[in-house]
Amino acid sequence: MTPPARVAYRDLLIQLMACDDRIYCLDTDTGLFTGTDFGAAAGRYVNLGIAEHNLMGTAAGLAASGKIPFVNTMATFATTRALEAVKLDIAYAGLPVRIVATHGGLAAGHLGPTHHSLEDLAIMRALPGFTVVVPADAEAAREAVAQSLEVPGPVYIRLGRSATPPIGAGPTTLGQAQRLRSGGDIAIFTCGPHPALAALRAGDQLARHGVEAAVINMHTVKPLDTAAVLAEAGRVRALITVEEHWRCGGLGGLIAETLCEHAPARLVRIGMPETFAQVAGDQSYLLDYYGISEQEITTAALTLLSDGTITGGTRDDPDLSRV
Amino acid sequence: MSPVAIADRVREHIVDMCASPDGGHLGGSLSLVEILTTLYFEVLRVDPRDPAAADRDILILSKGHGALALYAVLAERGFIGVSELRTFGQPGGRLMGHPTRAVPGVEMPTGALGHGLALGNGFALANRGRRCFVVLGDGELQEGSVWEAAMGAASLGLDNLTAVVDRNGLQLGSPTEATVSLEPLADRWRAFGWTVREVDGHDPAALAEAFRPVEPGRPAVVLATTVKGHGLPFLQGRPESHFAKLSERQHARARAVLRARQARSAS
Repeated sequence: MTPPARVAYRDLLIQLMACDDRIYCLDTDTGLFTGTDFGAAAGRYVNLGIAEHNLMGTAAGLAASGKIPFVNTMATFATTRALEAVKLDIAYAGLPVRIVATHGGLAAGHLGPTHHSLEDLAIMRALPGFTVVVPADAEAAREAVAQSLEVPGPVYIRLGRSATPPIGAGPTTLGQAQRLRSGGDIAIFTCGPHPALAALRAGDQLARHGVEAAVINMHTVKPLDTAAVLAEAGRVRALITVEEHWRCGGLGGLIAETLCEHAPARLVRIGMPETFAQVAGDQSYLLDYYGISEQEITTAALTLLSDGTITGGTRDDPDLSRV
Repeated sequence: MSPVAIADRVREHIVDMCASPDGGHLGGSLSLVEILTTLYFEVLRVDPRDPAAADRDILILSKGHGALALYAVLAERGFIGVSELRTFGQPGGRLMGHPTRAVPGVEMPTGALGHGLALGNGFALANRGRRCFVVLGDGELQEGSVWEAAMGAASLGLDNLTAVVDRNGLQLGSPTEATVSLEPLADRWRAFGWTVREVDGHDPAALAEAFRPVEPGRPAVVLATTVKGHGLPFLQGRPESHFAKLSERQHARARAVLRARQARSAS
């Protein structure tokens, strides 16, 4: 059984801390480290309590002193509650803090909008110097964490909550897109586990309709693998982006910006429509309810290829452009 | 119904909701029960038939993870149907793990910690003739924004504002004092310009007394000493009670314990 990505990350971090005494683990009463044995590195695990601004400032101070802090909180608290400290103390100061944010997207499920994180990618990719990574499975999370040690600037790694199956992408290299499936009719760009899995299932469904869909895993949202995006765009008739994020400003926005500047193309962005979750339900229910799903991708692809009119999703979203 | 009987019913509802498929915040809801039942049944001027009444008192549950206690009390008080509690966390329902304004009686959405006291400042400032209560968790006091709001309320002289701290001593993973120490808590609030009342948070009569109107010109804080998981001896006082998905067996055991407790208090 594959562990949740956050557990895989935790176990790797403990190993890394044993080998490198510059590495600190800063916690905010997340529970992820409860009962964990850090061994000789125990002094470098610090639980700062429920205080995220202090978390980010403390991390910046440690990083400015030559340490390598990994900070732990939920994605929404990392990127909205503590944003000014992230922007100024970490990004502006250019310090190599690693923010490992759990409960990305709708992972908190029935806990509701206070615990959902649907804007973090838009925020984090706007901050100069940040590397932004959304691993699509536990192995990719491990590789992102290990490779983050070679990144000179700050890194944001967005993880989920529950276990998800491996996506079968092979080795991950930060900054390099991964083609999970080949196809010449339409290209589907995804980030994160649920969008990737939904896109792969949609690819199978589309094949039964005679449509060959490529699925590209954009685990590194920033810096974007622009060459891969343009290469795929040049091979297909239309493109779709899928993300567990509001449609505004995340992977879809990023790819739209890139295409507009280099090679305008037909694109539909699938993501959370412009609303806070209005209903309770677990993550998979909410993903389906809001159309971040295999069916939505399939419908969008078939409509695009038949030159039909389509919005960014079946749910009305007047603020977003219609294709 | 006596305050004790109401609290017993609320505890049963909380336990039932924690047996739902995705579970809920059990311990910190059970510690809140007498605080919320006393406020809603003895203190607050509210009308379940008119939740938006212009002269109502305001309650903000800043520790939004205590939603189960709030929903159960709102149901017992008549704001929502008791039967709706069965939909907690369920697909398509409105009872999420943290309170939303879609639920009658909920003034503000909460769940991210450290927001409620500043919201209370705004309500208290806008409505000087009405009382505003803000219920906070003790772990929540580690958020710096609480202390910005505390300074602000004293500076504004918001004597219609009362903060209530559910001092159960435990946060998610460990005791508050072993995480980031809060003590000496009463002295800290006093130093910020607040009148402090310390009370047993499971004693309805003592709570009602502590919630009486405060000194002119000063906000008040009620430090209510409670037990996380109160009412379930096999969980109470343990950090593991923070969030629970009760199995069928655990649910039956919890209900049996609560029923025995009710029988004892009735006899």
